[in-house]
Amino acid sequence: MLTIKNLHAGIEEKDILKGINLQVNPGEVHAIMGPNGSGKSTLSSVIAGKEEYEVTEGDIVFEGENINEFAPEERAHNGIFLSFQYPVEIPGVTVTNFIKTAINETRKARGLEEMPANEMLKLIREKSELLEIDRKFLSRSLNEGFSGGEKKRNEIFQMAMLEPKLAILDETDSGLDIDALRIVSNGVNKLRSKDNAVVVITHYQRLLEYIVPDFVHVLLDGKIVKSGGKELALELEEKGYDWLKQELSV
Amino acid sequence: MDLKEKLVSSFMAFEGQIDVDAPVHEIRSEAIKVFEQKGFPTKKEESWKYTSLNALLKNDYTVFPKEESALQFQDVKKYFLHEIDSYKIVFVDGIYSSYLSETSHEGLDVCLMSAALSKPKYRLIIDNYFNKIAPKDDGLTALNTAFSREGAFINIPKGKVVEKPIQILHFSTGKESALMLQPRNLVVVGENAHVQIIERHQSLTENPVLTNSVTEIHANRNSIVDYYKIQNDAQTASLIDNTYIAQKKHSHASVHTFSLGGNITRNNLNFYHLDERIDSTLKGITIIGDKQHVDHSTLVHHAQPNCESHQDYKGIYADKSTGVFNGKVLVDKIAQKTNAFQQNNNILIDDRAVINTKPQLEIFADDVKCSHGCTIGQLDEEALFYLQSRGIPSKEARALLMYGFANNVLASVKIDEVKKRIKKLIAMKLNVNIGFEL
Ligand SMILES: Nc1ncnc2c1ncn2[C@@H]1O[C@H](COP(=O)(O)OP(=O)(O)OP(=O)(O)O)[C@@H](O)[C@H]1O
Ligand SMILES: [Mg+2]
Repeated sequence: MLTIKNLHAGIEEKDILKGINLQVNPGEVHAIMGPNGSGKSTLSSVIAGKEEYEVTEGDIVFEGENINEFAPEERAHNGIFLSFQYPVEIPGVTVTNFIKTAINETRKARGLEEMPANEMLKLIREKSELLEIDRKFLSRSLNEGFSGGEKKRNEIFQMAMLEPKLAILDETDSGLDIDALRIVSNGVNKLRSKDNAVVVITHYQRLLEYIVPDFVHVLLDGKIVKSGGKELALELEEKGYDWLKQELSV
Repeated sequence: MDLKEKLVSSFMAFEGQIDVDAPVHEIRSEAIKVFEQKGFPTKKEESWKYTSLNALLKNDYTVFPKEESALQFQDVKKYFLHEIDSYKIVFVDGIYSSYLSETSHEGLDVCLMSAALSKPKYRLIIDNYFNKIAPKDDGLTALNTAFSREGAFINIPKGKVVEKPIQILHFSTGKESALMLQPRNLVVVGENAHVQIIERHQSLTENPVLTNSVTEIHANRNSIVDYYKIQNDAQTASLIDNTYIAQKKHSHASVHTFSLGGNITRNNLNFYHLDERIDSTLKGITIIGDKQHVDHSTLVHHAQPNCESHQDYKGIYADKSTGVFNGKVLVDKIAQKTNAFQQNNNILIDDRAVINTKPQLEIFADDVKCSHGCTIGQLDEEALFYLQSRGIPSKEARALLMYGFANNVLASVKIDEVKKRIKKLIAMKLNVNIGFEL
């Protein structure tokens, strides 16, 4: 589904990603862990097409197509979704208005008619119930004044509405209380199928108990330095990253 | 002969045309003297520093519109809020169009200034209210006063809640190669009365039009006046709008100004508080591009205790457009417990666009709550990426952000059809056709 080959990216003179290789197949869950500042969010933004970052080398291939030059919305239309580590506040635009626009613009791009209003309402009701989101929330301005946890839950609500092929969840677990973590994970798991894939970026093993990964990768200074099964996450939780750094410098 | 000379010499001819015995005769003669002395404002004046009329004054305007030009309703229907029942006072090239209008004298007066100025039964009202709040020393206002003959006269008696909004429309047909208009409106709202007014100026051709409009509004005790100005005129039409509002005890007055088009638009909006517990609302959305220019010059004079004023102006400037916000709040020494809020936020979506924003707070009372804030920024790139990453294309994402930015100004609009119309005009202006409720 997603193949990243020798990806180098950064801003102006600063290289942040220094040769990433990653293969994600349909049905898989990948976890990416790594210390602060190692490049996890940059990687997810680059996959989603943030123009601020310049790709200097390498390829991102999604469903057989090189998407290096695709605009963010085109990537979204192709089925890529990024749950932001820091969701942006959009004053004056309600959650409902926003999600309707996102869905209909995506449908338009795929050559489909707009979703009929009653179908949209039904879908919104269904997905907000799944994520236990109060209806009142939906008429508020997007993310404005939302608590940290509320923002994250709202991200997953949007994901559930858009049903992407590839979902990248950048620290969706941080800021969530224990119940919310369960609800959000449940929401993510509902979306999983043999055709979809999920990449979760996290600092904590706890999330991975709910969303069980097939692969765990460690990102260190812009490179994936180690990959393994879910037990790697446990090992990292126990030992931190220093042993890896030492191992590497040897 | 420059325009000023032309106007002054035309005045004689004009005076002869109308009733010399009319009560306003003297007011007119005084006014033309003031105009003769002051002339048109120049950039040397502090309050006109950023708005130049020079280019406009070069046109050879026709100052006396002749007979009415026929317009078919179908051709201008789109400029009316035709979805709702309303009173209409319509002018074509400055001449009243009885065909397009729908006036009334049943339980209220929604009619013509010319009638009010000439008929004896309105004499008392004219004596009490005409030219009473418009300042005597302002050149443009004096010019309008000197030539004041036509416009809307709205007189709402005590206790009358007017259910239907009143639309005032001015069309210019381009029959004259250049046309100058001086509409004069008088609105008197009685105690406990309630009225809603929508005003629009629309030029139908590319021939230059300069409108110098004066509106006086008297909001008596406990009355509610809501005024909506829809400014989306042709590229060659300019407007100087001078609006003066005097409020009495417990009255609420609001003016929403939507400036979405036109060549040069200057809004002089002035509120005067004559008593306590008054509420004034001044809101605006400006979205312009090309070389358009919009100048909002507001004044709220808090002259009595326990009053409130709320100002909120949002501006979005593209291309080489320029904007001015000059918001003056004056709080007299006796005006204790004043709450005065002022907000002006701007987005420049082009490096070449310019906004000059200048809040002026002059506060002489000590127990007041006054705040003001102004911001000038660009569209937030992070927000843009966020929307795009959810599948909303760049153009629509920008529009959504701009709409969100200006949106809260619409919250206080009480007529749904006005709200819908403005949203539609904004969508047109932003050149998008998207699913969100614009
Ligand atoms: N726009 C930017 N301008 C300057 N530096 C940037 C920018 N984006 C990322 N960086 C830098 O690149 C490095 C990687 O940042 P990134 O946000 O990808 O880290 P991260 O692994 O997601 O960290 P965290 O775990 O704290 O979220 C950091 O040193 C960061 O300061
Ligand atoms: Mg991060």
